[in-house]
Amino acid sequence: MDKIQSRIPEGPLAEKWSNFKSNQNLVNPANKRKLDVIVIGTGLAGASAAASLAEMGFKVKSFCYQDSPRRAHSIAAQGGINAAKNYQNDGDSIYRLFFDTVKGGDYRSREANVYRLAEVSNNIIDQCVAQGVPFAREYGGTLDNRSFGGALVSRTFYARGQTGQQLLLGAYQALNRQIKKGNVEMYPRMEMYNLVVIDGKARGIIGRDVITGKLERFSAHAVVLASGGYGNVFFLSTMAMGANASAAWQCFKKGALFGNPCFVQIHPTCIPVHGEYQSKLTLMSESLRNDGRIWVPKKKEDAERLQRGEITGMDIPEEDRDYYLERRYPAFGNLVPRDVASRAAKERCDAGFGVNSTGLAVFLDFKDAIERLGKDVIEAKYGNLFQMYEKITDDNPYEVPMMIYPAIHYSMGGIWVDYELQTSIPGLFAIGESNFSDHGANRLGASALMQGLADGYFVLPYTIQNFLAHEINTPRFKTDIPEFEAAEKEVQEQLEKLMAVKGTKSVDTLHKHLGRIMWEYVGMARNRDGLMKARKELKMLKQEFWTDVKIPGNLDDLNPELQKASRLADFLELGELMTMDALNREESCGGHFREEYKTDEGEALRNDKDFTYVAAWEYKEEGKDPELHREPLIFENIEVKQRNYK
Amino acid sequence: MNLKLKIWRQKDSKSRGKFINYQLKNISPDSSFLEMLDVLNEELISKNEEPVVFDHDCREGICGACGMYINGRPHGPDSLITVCQLHMRKFNDGDTIVIEPWRARAFPVIKDLAVDRSAFDKLIQEGGYVSVNTGSAPDANSIPVKKEFADLAMDAAACIGCGACVAACKNASAMLFVGAKISHLALLPQGKVEASERVSRMVVKMDELGFGNCTNTGACEAECPKGIKLTNIARLNREYYKAVF
Repeated sequence: MDKIQSRIPEGPLAEKWSNFKSNQNLVNPANKRKLDVIVIGTGLAGASAAASLAEMGFKVKSFCYQDSPRRAHSIAAQGGINAAKNYQNDGDSIYRLFFDTVKGGDYRSREANVYRLAEVSNNIIDQCVAQGVPFAREYGGTLDNRSFGGALVSRTFYARGQTGQQLLLGAYQALNRQIKKGNVEMYPRMEMYNLVVIDGKARGIIGRDVITGKLERFSAHAVVLASGGYGNVFFLSTMAMGANASAAWQCFKKGALFGNPCFVQIHPTCIPVHGEYQSKLTLMSESLRNDGRIWVPKKKEDAERLQRGEITGMDIPEEDRDYYLERRYPAFGNLVPRDVASRAAKERCDAGFGVNSTGLAVFLDFKDAIERLGKDVIEAKYGNLFQMYEKITDDNPYEVPMMIYPAIHYSMGGIWVDYELQTSIPGLFAIGESNFSDHGANRLGASALMQGLADGYFVLPYTIQNFLAHEINTPRFKTDIPEFEAAEKEVQEQLEKLMAVKGTKSVDTLHKHLGRIMWEYVGMARNRDGLMKARKELKMLKQEFWTDVKIPGNLDDLNPELQKASRLADFLELGELMTMDALNREESCGGHFREEYKTDEGEALRNDKDFTYVAAWEYKEEGKDPELHREPLIFENIEVKQRNYK
Repeated sequence: MNLKLKIWRQKDSKSRGKFINYQLKNISPDSSFLEMLDVLNEELISKNEEPVVFDHDCREGICGACGMYINGRPHGPDSLITVCQLHMRKFNDGDTIVIEPWRARAFPVIKDLAVDRSAFDKLIQEGGYVSVNTGSAPDANSIPVKKEFADLAMDAAACIGCGACVAACKNASAMLFVGAKISHLALLPQGKVEASERVSRMVVKMDELGFGNCTNTGACEAECPKGIKLTNIARLNREYYKAVF
């Protein structure tokens, strides 16, 4: 059981983080210069961590697969970032943000982590404003806020519909300042293919230069994983096309535990799927639910006429519209958390009330808001989102209601970490979406940006010193030692094996197949039979992949098909782990909905007696099932209740 | 719809490239331009040919990774969007579509349609930031910012670094890109402190990296997918004169 010590500091909840910081080990400035840290990924978590560590004096090597660190997918976050500033004087507090996050996560996160997150949230806003992030402001010059799902207060800071972009550019600029100073060596278009472990500690990586195909070795005293989430296991998701789980998966195979892999978030407001050739799904920010009202027709015959394209939403009179979220959840209405809103949409569509030709869409209507506030106000708030919607669908949302449907958006699960964000491999840390930690079984809107930046700016730069303080006498590693040789050889062999298959099916064909299995059986609603079936089909698909994938081009070249194939090889294995985790968790909580476990009203029904734990999976050798470790979750400061948004 | 494609193929940065013609059938008008290229690539793979390489990532118009010349225009015939948001309904059945990489000395071709835009990162490294260390920030509301300036700063900060402005410019100038960053930061009290040093360094670097001069043609503004305005170049010039003279 020593693999899974959460290392939560002693003391009352509100004092844990300051107690930790007061008592932890620190590295003195002269020694910091002698210590190297590798950071994988340049999203909010990775860029902010790399910049902060370099400012402190550590030598940082930063990696991303994109052509520039500015392109990481945090950039696509639209709506905003939460903080407990209480600038709106509406009763917000650190405790309330903590409470909402734990409740929103359906009581499957660690109290101490979430409290720390809420605590540092205010520092993030200060930091970002100081960097020149152009947050929205009131006429008096102070910062503006909006409200988001799962909260009764307005605590979300935003920069139009491009909050993620502006926060990422802030972190990117801080990173570039350190690159110029020589404290960060930046490696764009370099993808991590393996982790190097020396004497039980993470000491380096094997990277592949995307342009030349050359494998390269990089050593450091510690490795920080900030490689994002694994939503692309479903092929269609709101993730960037290149977003992948491979760096995390290599760490898993080297011994890092994987926490709650079945917890993925389905976002309720995405543009519906339109065709077979579709490559990705586009999100419409949750902030739209502030002013938009979600509905389907009350009468099935109206829905059927919509599906046949005989009428549009405009033809359905007010009294025949079913604002089902307002009806079912009067207290939170259209602002219920994402998992609840997604399931409610699925329920209506499954019952035959979908509003487009596929029957898989509901309306998000701004008519009332435009009448109440005027078109100008709506345009100022959501203009870029409306424009994006129109470009994609050819419909003008100022005139006709938007159509939306849930889509895969975020992974709450990820590499298991302790309170110090250290994985079960000493010296390997995981931050941001790549770790499992703070969102439990469901993430609230505007909390991903908060967690990424909290980890990168304010948590990891402290906690990593607790590890590095013991490394001050460890000299820099050479990379011509056997551990690096072996790690590189593994990668070389795997890549050669892929190129040697020379089958008939393209990577995308197989990836789409994986996506269909995952969406059908491990998506919004899961059950035992379906999950068993998925496991079987995934095994067959893996077999098919390794005997029939077709990769054109060469190893030593810019070869996107090889990159994709290598990522898919890992997604196939991760898909199976997600399925096992979903099978194991015989309850419904947050984004994980098992059809066998629901209330009479169809709401998710947790089983706190048996499942108030983090499922942390340990890799065993190829062909063997991973081993489950359980980290019990203890709630001392919050009463665990059935979630109620009614 | 059925299409004729004329695509620039180039093996690597050192090889000579050339246009290759392709025929593509049954493309849905609802698919995006990059999804159309996905279909082409699937066909090429099935014929044992190498797929066309192009940069892309978020496919929702914000990461700035994608970008190519389509029928002589950066990001294609539609305005205010990147190529990943361009949809095939903007073309007609039977059209011939010419697709080329960005052409600019500072953006060398890597392969096919992918170019090296690291010069933009190098520009940001010359002061395109506020020198504030993590942890040393005052309370976020301690310095009020006039809403008008915050909004103008946001207009400038919306730049996605795709490079269309450079590609559109007959001089391959980076003035709009740099002007946007100078404006964004100079308009805010937090960025004003270093405004003069920033503009001096970034302008020098721009020349060093091989970007051309600005002759006020305005092609950059016309082709910018995020609607970044020429007034940002005016502000850059004003900041530069203040700083240097």
